[in-house]
Amino acid sequence: MPAVTETLETVQSVTDSGYKWGFETEIEMEFAPKGLNEDIVRFISRKKDEPAWLLDWRLKAFAIWKKMEEPTWAAVKYPPIDYQDSYYYAAPVQKAKPKSLDEVDPELLKTYAKLGIPLKEQAILAGVEGAGESPADSGRMPIAVDAVFDSVSVATSYKERLAKDGIIFCSISEAVHEHPELVRQYLGSVVPQGDNFYAALNSAVFTDGSFVYIPKGVRCPMELSTYFRINAKSTGQFERTLIIADERSHVSYLEGCTAPMRDENQLHAAVVELVALDDATIKYSTVQNWYPGDAEGRGGIYNFVTKRGACRGARSKISWTQVETGSAITWKYPSCILQGDDSVGEFYSVAITNNRQQADTGTKMFHIGKNTRSTIVSKGISAGKGQNTYRGLVKISPKAHGARNFTQCDSLLIGDQCGAHTVPYIENRCMTAKVEHEATTSRIAEDQLFYCRQRGLNEEEAVGMIVNGFAREVLKELPMEFAVEAQKLLQISLEGSVG
Amino acid sequence: MTAVASTGAAAFLGRYEGLRTRLPGARVAWVEALRNGAAEAFRAQGFPTRRMEAWRYTDLASVAGAVFGEPLTGVEDATEIPAAAGPRAVFIDGRFRPDLSTLDALPYAADSLARVLPTLDGRIGTIARPAEQPMAALNTMLFEDGLVVDVPAGVAGGVLELLSLATDSERAPAYHPRHLVRLGAGASLTLLETAAGPQAARYLHNPVFEIEIAEGARLAHGRLQQEGREGVFLSTVYARVGAGGAYDNFTLNAGARLARNEIHVALTGPKAEAHMNGVQLVGDGQHADTTTTLDHAAPDCSSRQTYKTVLAGRSRGVFQGKIHVHQVAQKTDGYQMNQALLLSPEAEIDSKPQLEIYADDVKCSHGATVGELDADHLFFLRSRGIPEAQAKAILVEAFLTEAVEAVAEEPIRAALTRGVAGWWQRQGVAGGIEEA
Repeated sequence: MPAVTETLETVQSVTDSGYKWGFETEIEMEFAPKGLNEDIVRFISRKKDEPAWLLDWRLKAFAIWKKMEEPTWAAVKYPPIDYQDSYYYAAPVQKAKPKSLDEVDPELLKTYAKLGIPLKEQAILAGVEGAGESPADSGRMPIAVDAVFDSVSVATSYKERLAKDGIIFCSISEAVHEHPELVRQYLGSVVPQGDNFYAALNSAVFTDGSFVYIPKGVRCPMELSTYFRINAKSTGQFERTLIIADERSHVSYLEGCTAPMRDENQLHAAVVELVALDDATIKYSTVQNWYPGDAEGRGGIYNFVTKRGACRGARSKISWTQVETGSAITWKYPSCILQGDDSVGEFYSVAITNNRQQADTGTKMFHIGKNTRSTIVSKGISAGKGQNTYRGLVKISPKAHGARNFTQCDSLLIGDQCGAHTVPYIENRCMTAKVEHEATTSRIAEDQLFYCRQRGLNEEEAVGMIVNGFAREVLKELPMEFAVEAQKLLQISLEGSVG
Repeated sequence: MTAVASTGAAAFLGRYEGLRTRLPGARVAWVEALRNGAAEAFRAQGFPTRRMEAWRYTDLASVAGAVFGEPLTGVEDATEIPAAAGPRAVFIDGRFRPDLSTLDALPYAADSLARVLPTLDGRIGTIARPAEQPMAALNTMLFEDGLVVDVPAGVAGGVLELLSLATDSERAPAYHPRHLVRLGAGASLTLLETAAGPQAARYLHNPVFEIEIAEGARLAHGRLQQEGREGVFLSTVYARVGAGGAYDNFTLNAGARLARNEIHVALTGPKAEAHMNGVQLVGDGQHADTTTTLDHAAPDCSSRQTYKTVLAGRSRGVFQGKIHVHQVAQKTDGYQMNQALLLSPEAEIDSKPQLEIYADDVKCSHGATVGELDADHLFFLRSRGIPEAQAKAILVEAFLTEAVEAVAEEPIRAALTRGVAGWWQRQGVAGGIEEA
């Protein structure tokens, strides 16, 4: 979807840094006072006109967070974060709440157009040409987008169309007002407030994010998507996403993100909760492209994210696919709690670290129900001075009879200054379960490179091609538009790492 | 002596305070400094707890909470030990027993650590890392004895047995032998170590090995851990291998109520090799842990590891294995496999293989599998008239074969096969398999 119309040539002619999403939008913003305390939590809650129960929920989270210590077990290094030196709420000033997309601030629409995000709705009927700036794929189903700009959702497209099928797709702030019973029932039910340091912080100060509810038996007719944009200086982004797939429903959800290039580090601590009931399927794809910092490691986003899905129902399925190319530091373990019998969890990941990027990412699969199955495929690519760690847990409880896990972790090293690490944990308490794990580490073989060079590809192209082949198993899990973008991103991320 | 009822780190630190003037090397300045440093490290770390990453699967609370006594010196017991087939060093409750040992006319030096300690300056404590491993700190603080072996350059040392026995004592002794093995350039030795004790005796055996293998030397180290079912065995091996040298370790981890077989190998010269294999046989009421780290600190080195765990009854098995490839260690070839077979619904296995790689021209992989006996295989054997228990025994043996066959040294392999057979028989009697 984003950048879909671009050709490889234009992508390769990008700026020196290679990060072409690094611009800043000049727009009038409203901030909460700097720092973090109970008043800020109250401020955010008041700004969002929240009911009392949610404010209490936030305050409880804040109280828990104050007692927690920042985790240090991940293989990442960074100077201590001053949690008081940041804005926890930043939103574009809105005169009145826009009733339709046409009323949204044109500056914002322009920003998203520049990022390649189509916020304008196209006519849905196949064969009818969409609005002018749409991607050149009018025959294809469009994508519904929720656009989150710093602390608020600025627009959500195709809401009416989706509502016809009973699908709720809106910002979580809206959902709190329109569907309080659903939010109250599920918020924090997968990632409780005290789950971990960053989840607790998020629970206290989350500002916006997407909410999705797919009713029983409905197959969502289009891809749903959220695009996260950090724009303001010295802010953190704390979004919260909640997706509920009721019985026999199906949804595919995409997530993208970018930020301006800055010398400062900005914190992004999101929480994503997924709930799949009987026979429901949720496919969650991420292309994470936060600003990674420069070659010297200055600036970049600290991406400390908690993502977890609960397969509550029998035969339910949650599939995570992630392409992690951005962020100075990534700390992220999208997980599945396989409670329902015969439920399925999947995790497909490509993580690239170049220059001084650090990534500690992986997954956790909790097998609780009978005959639960999980598949983990992780591809780590380290270049420059990047450090890349796969960290995962497969845990099988005594009652998960017939549970099955297969894990494959491969690491590719480009250059002798980088590191690739694999830390899988397997905990099995069930005799009839079967777990298989394998991991390999290698570099690009000379003969592969030679073969490509001999056919006229330059070294960078050759490496790009080989890396794409290495990551193919994961990329093919992405929805098509994302797969195209992800391939290009891999190439850009590795620029300057060879030769 | 009066019984000291305190437990845990405080009890051991208290014992050190009480014994420091009487321990071997008490008046030797460097020994005293070594022990004091270790005491500080132990005080700082305390007994390992599950909050320490290296100990997340092995809980020492039962050890920290137990009262241990000191082994009595000079026991005139009639411990029945089999006749020695060749050179052998015997330790009873951690103390060297010259009367039971046969170390005459060897082409190398082998002696009691307590006897030669003053001559070991710069030799002891050079490879062990007490600051990172509380049990190694405890050992360094309190070691009373051990075996010191020095095989000069070029000498083929043959087979040496190291037999470590616990006595049946009411005192629940804790002992911390420190063994030092050094092979000169091109030397070789097969060290066959057996640790055993009476089934009902309570004791803590906490040995630390420091092994130095010079250029082109080879040490084959076979270890049969067959401690009594109430014993606790926490052992740490540190080995450093020079250019072109090789360290082969095979450990059968079968005895003790709680056993940890921790091995740290550093390949420090080009073309050094390590082969580490092991079998853990864990029966009802037992906990067995194998933890390895392999440091590839020089180019062109290779390492191979195969570990198999069989679990019966209510038991828990642990495998943690880390391969660390330093930036200089280009052309590293590292491989590690760990597999577990669960024979009982009450068994638990925790496995954590780990790769930490900072060099790019490497070939490193690890694999892990966990599962029960294959139903098809069992059916195949049963359909040919083989009774279920026997069919299971055949399949378990087949499962272990890969690790056992990797042992090149005949004496070690033979001892190992006997150890496996013995364990299997005991399981059969106890009915641990039938329950599955």
